[in-house]
Amino acid sequence: MSEVTAARALVTRGSRPTRGTRGTTPPGARRRRRSSTWIAFAFAAPLIAYLVLFYAYPLVQNVVMSMHRFDRNTFVNGGAPFVGFDIYGEVASQPRFWPVVRQTAIFTIVSLTLQYVFGLALAVFFHRAGFRLASGLRALFLVPWLLPVIVSGTTWQWIMNADNGILNSFLGIFGVDPVWWLSTDTSLISVIIANVWLGIPFNLVILYSGLQNIPTDLYEAASLDGASAWQQFWRVTMPLLKPVTLITLLLGLVYTLKVVDVIWIITAGTGTSQTLATWSYGLAFGKGTSSVIRYSEASVVGTMLLLVALVFGLIYIAVQRRQED
Amino acid sequence: MTTRSWWKLPLALLLTALMLFPVYWMVNVSFTSRDSIRKGQLIPLDFTLDHYAVVLHDQLPYLGTSLLVGLGTVLLTLAVAAPSAFALARLAVPGRTALNFLLIVAQMVPAVVMSLGFYSIYSRAGILDTIPGLILADSTIAVPFAVMLLSAFMAGLPGELMQAAELDGASTWRTFRSIVLPMSRNSLITAALFAFLWAWSDFLFASTLNREGGALRPITMGIYNYIGAQNQEWGPMMATAVVASIPAALLLIVAQRYVAAGVTAGAVKD
Repeated sequence: MSEVTAARALVTRGSRPTRGTRGTTPPGARRRRRSSTWIAFAFAAPLIAYLVLFYAYPLVQNVVMSMHRFDRNTFVNGGAPFVGFDIYGEVASQPRFWPVVRQTAIFTIVSLTLQYVFGLALAVFFHRAGFRLASGLRALFLVPWLLPVIVSGTTWQWIMNADNGILNSFLGIFGVDPVWWLSTDTSLISVIIANVWLGIPFNLVILYSGLQNIPTDLYEAASLDGASAWQQFWRVTMPLLKPVTLITLLLGLVYTLKVVDVIWIITAGTGTSQTLATWSYGLAFGKGTSSVIRYSEASVVGTMLLLVALVFGLIYIAVQRRQED
Repeated sequence: MTTRSWWKLPLALLLTALMLFPVYWMVNVSFTSRDSIRKGQLIPLDFTLDHYAVVLHDQLPYLGTSLLVGLGTVLLTLAVAAPSAFALARLAVPGRTALNFLLIVAQMVPAVVMSLGFYSIYSRAGILDTIPGLILADSTIAVPFAVMLLSAFMAGLPGELMQAAELDGASTWRTFRSIVLPMSRNSLITAALFAFLWAWSDFLFASTLNREGGALRPITMGIYNYIGAQNQEWGPMMATAVVASIPAALLLIVAQRYVAAGVTAGAVKD
């Protein structure tokens, strides 16, 4: 998960404008109300125009491309024939389709789980730290989140270099043979490691703020009753953190599904590290493949990804609404 | 709650060091001379500044482009987001709930899908490989975020000043410009900082919509150029990566309270 998505996620959660703070129209001013509607509309117009032009239009364009058979010539000069859902069928029947779906699922689920576990462990640790440096060190954990992904991606690529990478040198101390991190079979593990590293700050920040909202007297009561730290964690922390956990995981799911940059930079989607997102990207924009660009197939894979992301996105919104009521 | 144990501080330091190790490694490699990079020394024993000389020589145009794209994205994002955030927070916009819903959904759209749509639109409009085209695309990362951040903030502003202005006959625009905007200064800065950082960091739109822009490409493409070259030059690449990290580092050091504001804007609720 990139830093972009993480910070956006944080705002997405809490930024629903508070109800009832809108200026209430004075009674009996109907004409003024009508003109104030126009004024309100004028202020919102840039956003509405923006969403139509720069969100809806590209999305529609993407779906249109997925239903026309484009090649290099028709992409430039127009006249690509309409083929309906034919290309969807072709993509789904390719031998690599189901492996890619499976890899996408593994990448997403394993990344999410590990990010959450590490993030939670760190959040609990820092929450109960009780030394002065804690907040400063916690701020340093934001670094992976703020760096451009190309920076961290290329660094991980070098760390995981089979011959000269520091990771293999380190493992060598314990007698482990060099691992070909970026080869076909292991590339999925490699991109998961890098992606977990990128996603820990997001989980740490959200879960830490969730912990801060748990009343301290609950812990005091529990420890008076003789509950150990371990029991307090499972009986107090985890149940009260459940709403935050649900939101964190659902948002993380949507954002991890669409990751391209980390994977593409480290492995270019080769071997087992190919996911739906990188497949779509590679079909259209792969380096050095400009002669065999497949825009239509790329759009088909992209549209499938979009649908999956939207389904989980709607679940997220439903859960969030229910929590707020 | 605070239980003091001697082992906690050392453990915290160790965990932070582990987490930041890749960042240290990047800096380490960037200062190590070409012949010694493959030795994997823990500190740059064969210290050199050569890689940074290469960066100065090769990457300045890219850095300039990134700066321009970042600033352009900030301006566009705020121009779109500030008035509409005010409308969503303070005015009776028809379809307000639907707009708020769309803003959340917009953030769920995979960027690769957006870039495919943009690519086709841009190639017909003839704005592939241009800076304005990249600014437009990069702003889509920040606009929904900025609107939500700003409208949450503006909804929480005290209403008295605005009502007083209205009673004095100030137009809505005047109220917005002279009262709401100055009072929202901090959240405007937060939105601007994130818009800049994301535009600066963007890889996906740059590598799709601005692949063949020559020197008009951002620094992320400057780094990407090194990948997959015949003989991958790790020294200059890591030095460029260090330079490309400067905005993020500055943000963390100088503007930490604004970052925290952006973070807590959403996180403290519940």
